[in-house]
Amino acid sequence: MSQTNTQNTQEQRPIFTEEMRKEYTILIPTMLPTHFTFLCSILNQHGYHVEQLRNESRSVIEEGLRNVHNDTCYPALLVIGQMIDALKSGKYDPHKVALLITQTGGGCRASNYIHLLRKALKKSGYGYVPVISFSIGGLEKNPGFQIGLSLLDQLLYAVMLGDLLMLLANQCRPYEVEPGSTDALVSQWIDRLVDFLNSQKVVRYKAIKQFYHEIVQSFAALPRQGEQKPRVGIVGEIYVKYSPLGNNHLEDFLASEGAEVVVPGLLDFCLYCVYNNIHDRDLYGGSLVRQSATKVVYDFLLKKQREMLQVVRDAGFFTLSNFDHTATLAKGYINSGVKMGEGWLLTAEMVELVENGVNNIVCTQPFGCLPNHIVGKGMMRAIKEKNPQANIVAVDYDPGASEINQQNRIKLMLANAQLEKRKGGEA
Amino acid sequence: MNETQKTAISVGIDIGSTTVKVVVLRGKEILFQHYERHYSEVRPKTVQVLSLAKEVLGEEPFTVAISGSAGLGVAQAARLEFIQEVFATGQAIEELAPDVDVVIELGGEDAKILFLTGGLEERMNGTCAGGTGAFIDQMATLLAVTPDELDQLSLKHNLIYPIASRCGVFAKSDIQPLLNQGARKEDLAASIFQAVVDQTITGLAQGRKIEGKVAFLGGPLFFFQGLRDRFTETLRLTPEQAFFPEWRQYSVAIGAAMYAAENDEETFTYATLLDRLEHSVNIKSQKHVLPPLFANQEEYEAFRQRHARATVAHRPIDSYSGRAHLGIDCGSTTTKVVLIDEDANILYQYYSSNQGNPVDIIRQQLQQLWQLCGDRITIASSVVTGYGEDLIKSAFSVDAGIVETMAHYTAARFFCPEVDFILDIGGQDIKCFRIKNDSVDSIMLNEACSSGCGSFIETFAKSMGYEIADFAQRGLMAKYPVDLGSRCTVFMNSSVKQAQKEGATVEDISAGLSISVVKNAIYKVIRARSTEELGENIVVQGGTFLNDAVLRSFEKELGKQVIRPAIAGLMGAYGAALHGRSLGLERSSIMGPQELEHFVHTAKPTVCGLCTNRCNLTVNIFSDGRRFISGNKCERPLGRKARKELPNLFDYKLARIQALQPVPGPRGKIGIPMGLNMYENLPFWHTLFTKLGFEVVVSDLSSPALFAKGRYTIPSDTVCYPAKLMHGHIEDLLEKGVDTIFYPCLTYNFDEGKGDNHYNCPVVAYYPELLYANVEKLRHVRFLYPYFGVHRSKDFEKHFYNFFQQEFGPMITRKEIHEAVQAAYASYEQWKVDLRQEGQKALAFARENNLPVIVLAGRPYHLDPEVNHGIPRLIGSFGLVVLSEDAVSDLVEPQKVNVLNQWTYHSRLYNAAKFVTTQPNMELIQLVSFGCGIDAITTDEVRDILETHGKLYTQLKIDEISNLGAVKIRIRSMLGAMEERERQRKIRLETKEVSG
Repeated sequence: MSQTNTQNTQEQRPIFTEEMRKEYTILIPTMLPTHFTFLCSILNQHGYHVEQLRNESRSVIEEGLRNVHNDTCYPALLVIGQMIDALKSGKYDPHKVALLITQTGGGCRASNYIHLLRKALKKSGYGYVPVISFSIGGLEKNPGFQIGLSLLDQLLYAVMLGDLLMLLANQCRPYEVEPGSTDALVSQWIDRLVDFLNSQKVVRYKAIKQFYHEIVQSFAALPRQGEQKPRVGIVGEIYVKYSPLGNNHLEDFLASEGAEVVVPGLLDFCLYCVYNNIHDRDLYGGSLVRQSATKVVYDFLLKKQREMLQVVRDAGFFTLSNFDHTATLAKGYINSGVKMGEGWLLTAEMVELVENGVNNIVCTQPFGCLPNHIVGKGMMRAIKEKNPQANIVAVDYDPGASEINQQNRIKLMLANAQLEKRKGGEA
Repeated sequence: MNETQKTAISVGIDIGSTTVKVVVLRGKEILFQHYERHYSEVRPKTVQVLSLAKEVLGEEPFTVAISGSAGLGVAQAARLEFIQEVFATGQAIEELAPDVDVVIELGGEDAKILFLTGGLEERMNGTCAGGTGAFIDQMATLLAVTPDELDQLSLKHNLIYPIASRCGVFAKSDIQPLLNQGARKEDLAASIFQAVVDQTITGLAQGRKIEGKVAFLGGPLFFFQGLRDRFTETLRLTPEQAFFPEWRQYSVAIGAAMYAAENDEETFTYATLLDRLEHSVNIKSQKHVLPPLFANQEEYEAFRQRHARATVAHRPIDSYSGRAHLGIDCGSTTTKVVLIDEDANILYQYYSSNQGNPVDIIRQQLQQLWQLCGDRITIASSVVTGYGEDLIKSAFSVDAGIVETMAHYTAARFFCPEVDFILDIGGQDIKCFRIKNDSVDSIMLNEACSSGCGSFIETFAKSMGYEIADFAQRGLMAKYPVDLGSRCTVFMNSSVKQAQKEGATVEDISAGLSISVVKNAIYKVIRARSTEELGENIVVQGGTFLNDAVLRSFEKELGKQVIRPAIAGLMGAYGAALHGRSLGLERSSIMGPQELEHFVHTAKPTVCGLCTNRCNLTVNIFSDGRRFISGNKCERPLGRKARKELPNLFDYKLARIQALQPVPGPRGKIGIPMGLNMYENLPFWHTLFTKLGFEVVVSDLSSPALFAKGRYTIPSDTVCYPAKLMHGHIEDLLEKGVDTIFYPCLTYNFDEGKGDNHYNCPVVAYYPELLYANVEKLRHVRFLYPYFGVHRSKDFEKHFYNFFQQEFGPMITRKEIHEAVQAAYASYEQWKVDLRQEGQKALAFARENNLPVIVLAGRPYHLDPEVNHGIPRLIGSFGLVVLSEDAVSDLVEPQKVNVLNQWTYHSRLYNAAKFVTTQPNMELIQLVSFGCGIDAITTDEVRDILETHGKLYTQLKIDEISNLGAVKIRIRSMLGAMEERERQRKIRLETKEVSG
């Protein structure tokens, strides 16, 4: 009997070393194009060489199907498929490439993506490629990749500026007089902000705040026309919610159907993670010191969000709520102890959208997503009961789901939105 | 509606997944209506149907709107107004029947429900919920009747079988075995309609009551009386409440026409509309196309010639005299018969669809054979394999049975002695096995979800109006095969729909389907990562591979050549015959011509009442009075003396849980739903609340009836069956008159120190939240679902004290709580200790009696007899001792794994697997609930642990369906492989002894 062991492979994983930092290219998956562009340039400024993957062809899905258990969630399949497809593309020297993937460590199977990626790499003959876990909690250590405080600070700005640009662009794009002018403005800003971030040793918050105003004004000055289009909110599992690759370019589809898209920001998800760490001790006990420290982080982030959103509101743009208010909205629907996957936040975001007049909602999830059974589909009835005007459609994404099926359901939701609007007009 | 709208003409066109409907309206008056099947020729057919309305339309200007799932593409291409079909229905009802409360509309592949009063709500079936009209068509094909005949049959039913209602594929796997067992078609027909009704109620209504006046729309409800009856009866509607309008199959088209009249500004005449549509016919826009199967005719010729070489010699039966061996393969949809001579030449062969009645077909075949054999040929042996093995063996006194996998291996080895991989795609299932050291090394069968396979292509061909051979032939030279993905048939249906929308031809769809079936096999069943993994010498077989398009797709996907025996469809029967040849019998005991002459077979369905499984039995009675019972999960209804019960940890655990009886107490009753984690945590909560003076009332054991009671509140149809059952348990508790129900949310489980963390899965952790949000009745009782961390006992005590004070008042002391909590932890600990001891006892018994042991590894809730469908007992009936994963997971040091090991239940699986690798004569079978996302991770890992140590990996996927046919095949195949290994081990030992 062979005694080869499956044991200890965790220790045997290829480590991303100090030396690699100089000559390796780190690849990250497609998810939030704007945010991740910032992320890349900040990391590059810290001496890494990071590249955001853009490959989207059918072979991404093919590689995913080939390399990941097909019942695993769609995001894992896409992220892993995209990375292996990139390694095979010939664009990179696989011996000079590392892969970066986020890891949250919650009770959802998403915490296992990194391991599934490693298994897939091994089976495809890329077992030597180091995989870096990107997690604030530090689930795994890599000497060549460490997130110091100053980097963390800058990454936070990347998230905030990304949220800001996304928020403003979504409100301008459907009304722009000159097609493409909104996206052009977004790229201009990305270039300028990246240049700025690269030129600073330490980024001062004051300077960022100054940018907020300038950014908001530049969008306010963008020539726009036409009457208000129905707003459609997108919530869901974080990957398919944001990634055009994951949701078959949902935002583009909604826009082509004459909707204005509203997407809650990434910072809300970060705040949600921090909030859960505080709440965990209330529910189950644990270290008080740790809880207090986490509270400091929470308040810090919250203040940053409040200040940014205020600038947007002052200029007359639409925003969703500040997170401390969002956090109260789950009450009456679901306990904030539900912390796996998008947890209570998903429910709260649906309520938040309705509360802010965005009654039309697409709730996206990978087919068979475990937390979304509870927090998405499981809560829709309760939400509709208390908010009869809510018009929610749940859409499942997976490699086999046909686009027409998804679009037909979204169209039904949009038809209802039109009907509501007409009825509202008559009344 | 204003005056001009009342007099103006409008046209509504509804292009669904299978039909085109056109309606011409003047105001509310229908001037013209017509429908036709479009056989995926969407645009030409639309033009054709429209041309029939030419006279009605005349030269008058009119408005037009298109609707329907396949209509979107047409509307876009022709720049016509499009209206979503559910919305169109709403429009039609509002105008024509404003007093309707609920609309149920079934179409070819979509099902919709509209609640009009009490908050407008419109729903369509989810992506997993399968078709309805198309589903009924498929089922009719399965029963070998036309849809109309199916309807007629259903009206004469006596009884209804429970058939999985979630999706068409599942229902099919339920019906097939019933058919093979000889159940009455009348009953099956009604059961099929009932499944559609159940699916509508579970999948669509999702908790909202269907009441008031209900309008039933769409084609299937127009055509099938039986379906209408099932709906009316199930929803308990009075004749006044059940509304079946005359125009029910045209509702969408009518709605579209009304929408056009109200909203459309552009007007057409017949000529301009036709011009617009015809012009759009030529626009092609295809997204995912695949390379063609063959570049040219020459390539195809070369391919054909290569495969023509793998053949068997045939010998004319009339020129032979001597001994012969008979092989019968009674498959799920086809019956195959082969007669060979002593040199394995084929004397006679037969391959046909079994038309839902295999017994009759075999009888005819045998009669014909006896005639052909005359006095010259002696049938020396007869062997039967396949789904119908037991029935046929018993009916015709066949000498022996052989499990399918072994039959196929025997046949494949004959063609290719070095064969190391066999892939068989049959009508209903995909089987593949690796061969190592002359024995079957690992077996993979398709899970319920990806079945469909061969028969899928066939039914699809028929639904498009083609014979399978012709349909397949068309695919060979397709220029742009469509990419249909590799999922279950339901997904393929909608992918085909999309392809149709994009203008794909029948040729492209045919080729695309073949490629999909192949991808399904490779990536879903075999889960191959590289072609090398499959081995060097691959034999493919099964009727589906007779389709050259499928064979070519397989070779292309693999990038290597494979062997397809010319008798690919007969391999099971041929293998059975070869097996018979090796038995060394003098003369077969098979039924002779005289007896066959008078052979009569009747089948009578009944329900077994001997245990809680309540199996649906079919009692087959043969002309000589012999009886054969099928559908049973154990030996009890057979009336044989049950063999001495072997130790079975599942029985022990269930008995222990059931022994926890309510003790009347001063604080009244508290109800606990008996499902999910309660199968393990009940000793804890039972002790805790009993100590505190509560009478702990648990819900009854799960059953189909209990499931039915709660299914109307299930919001997510893709969640696992154990979770869905919880809805029924809540209903059951409420029926018991309990007004306080306790079901806590547990993010974390007990920490057993086996992994990196000790979470519960999201569904187990938070299902109470979902119950409260969706089961309206829970708002009227006290439903307590607090968050507790049982992993920190001190904190738990503190939190529980606060919780108790808040909920039950201050009349409690800290000491009382302390003692109760201590007792609860002790009780839980004791249950774990007892379980481990019982495991040791069972193990010792197995060793003493030299019995093989199976560790049946899953989750605590797999103990539920309705979830495991009696599998533990079934395994026991093969003479095996059955252990559970939690009885052995503490016997080894924690297993290190390649994944994040952070769920308590799953850590046990890894440990149990590790333990099995240290034991001789012991194997592991993993139970996996359909829809369990976490098992997508654990299964690969458990397989890894077992296979790297030379153990077999067997997985049983379980769901609502209770078809144990596939389970039996797996277990028997595994036992076959175990025996073979044991035999070889002994040979090795003996040779060692001889040489040593």
